[in-house]
Amino acid sequence: MEQYSIFDIIGPTMVGPSSSHTAGAAKVAYICRKIFGRPIKKATFYLHGSFADTYQGHGTDKALVGGVCGMKPDDPRIADAFAVASDQGIQISFYKKDLGEVHPNTVKIVFEDYEGYSQEMVGSSIGGGKAKIIAIDEIDVSITGRYATMIAQHIDLPGFVANISQILANNNINIAFMKLFRETKGERAVIVIETDDTIPEEALMQIEALRNLNKLTFFEAIT
Amino acid sequence: MNLKTAADVLHQYEKYGLNLYEVGLKYEHKQSDIDNDTIYKLMLQQWLVMKEAINQGMDESNPQIKGKIIQREAYKLKANIGTGKSICGETTTKAMAYALSTMEVNISMGRIVAAPTAGASGVLPGTLKAIQEANHFNDDQIIEALFAAGVVGMIIAKQASISGAKGGCQAEIGTASAMAAASVVYLMGGSIHQAFDAAAIAINNLMGLICDPVAGLVEVPCHKRNAIGASNALICAEMVLAGMPSIIPFDEVVIAMKQVGDLMPACHRETATGGIAITKTAKKYEKEIMTYHVN
Repeated sequence: MEQYSIFDIIGPTMVGPSSSHTAGAAKVAYICRKIFGRPIKKATFYLHGSFADTYQGHGTDKALVGGVCGMKPDDPRIADAFAVASDQGIQISFYKKDLGEVHPNTVKIVFEDYEGYSQEMVGSSIGGGKAKIIAIDEIDVSITGRYATMIAQHIDLPGFVANISQILANNNINIAFMKLFRETKGERAVIVIETDDTIPEEALMQIEALRNLNKLTFFEAIT
Repeated sequence: MNLKTAADVLHQYEKYGLNLYEVGLKYEHKQSDIDNDTIYKLMLQQWLVMKEAINQGMDESNPQIKGKIIQREAYKLKANIGTGKSICGETTTKAMAYALSTMEVNISMGRIVAAPTAGASGVLPGTLKAIQEANHFNDDQIIEALFAAGVVGMIIAKQASISGAKGGCQAEIGTASAMAAASVVYLMGGSIHQAFDAAAIAINNLMGLICDPVAGLVEVPCHKRNAIGASNALICAEMVLAGMPSIIPFDEVVIAMKQVGDLMPACHRETATGGIAITKTAKKYEKEIMTYHVN
């Protein structure tokens, strides 16, 4: 049985009209922006299922653009998200696409920065304003933003997990959840670590210095 | 802390003497590890957003209130009070007006508190604001009532569903109405058993209600169903406080509601392919709105 907070019932505070099509969409895009972690030049959205069918009626498009611009689901600027994106110089485009066997409210977002670096993520709005990122660059993951989250994209070689755990332990960080996802042995992999407390800058710098690390991002819990 | 059924809540009352608010606070503290003071302040924040939404929607001059089908309407109900043309009495009419007002803000992409969902977000604040004005409850009392409502809603979420796509409108407006009914009983000094009885009757009264949004929007019939959710909460609380118990216990009613939801065809679960969503007029709106979207 799913664990509930009283604030899942009296909440979330959000911009309407729909918790799954508006609030959850904004949250998915907000988390994806955090994972990308770079100045965004271009964001392309591929809408699946119910998102594709009803996106304008429920302001799903505005919510997604708002999230990519850094707005949380309760940010009143979501109603004007397209104007904000244009002010931030972010190019936006929308397509409908069948993303396969995923939740009906799912979107793929492809980000591009000013140096031509690009990354794609898939996220679902799973109900009641909750979000789940299910893929980063085609590697299946599971990220909800409920905890402070560190994401280490790396090459799957022995010792990497031990090194990260050691650095966190040295910095007195308690790991709430740790999940390892990989493509195939010895290739690209993702470690998702959720913690109760924030991870200090020096710990992140030590992790960043690790061999075989491709990219590191960290963000605080998203309420 | 086990809190899956009304029986679990009553156990907390019988063993520790906790009321509905105290059970809610204790549960939240145990599951989040946040201190009680902070949890209380978080709920105050929700109440402030709820009141702000009601006020925004009631503001006749607010140009931002505009749906794709529904226009600004709630203020008309409140204006009707005291004109000699009002029928339902001041408290009920206000509860309806405030519920509709919140929904008008929600439809306009304004800020609301999902309770338990955005589509049913008017019921609980509308009922609480009306009962607050009628009985001069202070905000601290309303916050306690919100915890009471949260406990009731959470049990329904765990045992049945609070999603229209899963359980139909009964899961959204039905749940919101049950939450509001229990919170009114709590405020009026009724017992914990009476709070669950009022919630049980509120669900009974809306059992089987389908989710059939015109053009897939959270406007028709959702907007006005928030008014029935609020007034249903008040009449259920009134009946129970007058000494009329629920014949079927809350926990059994919730299971029945789940079974009804499980048997509901997909066309009656938020897909806009059944009920009033496929009437001739609904289809006309759908066509107009979709054409408008292409531009």
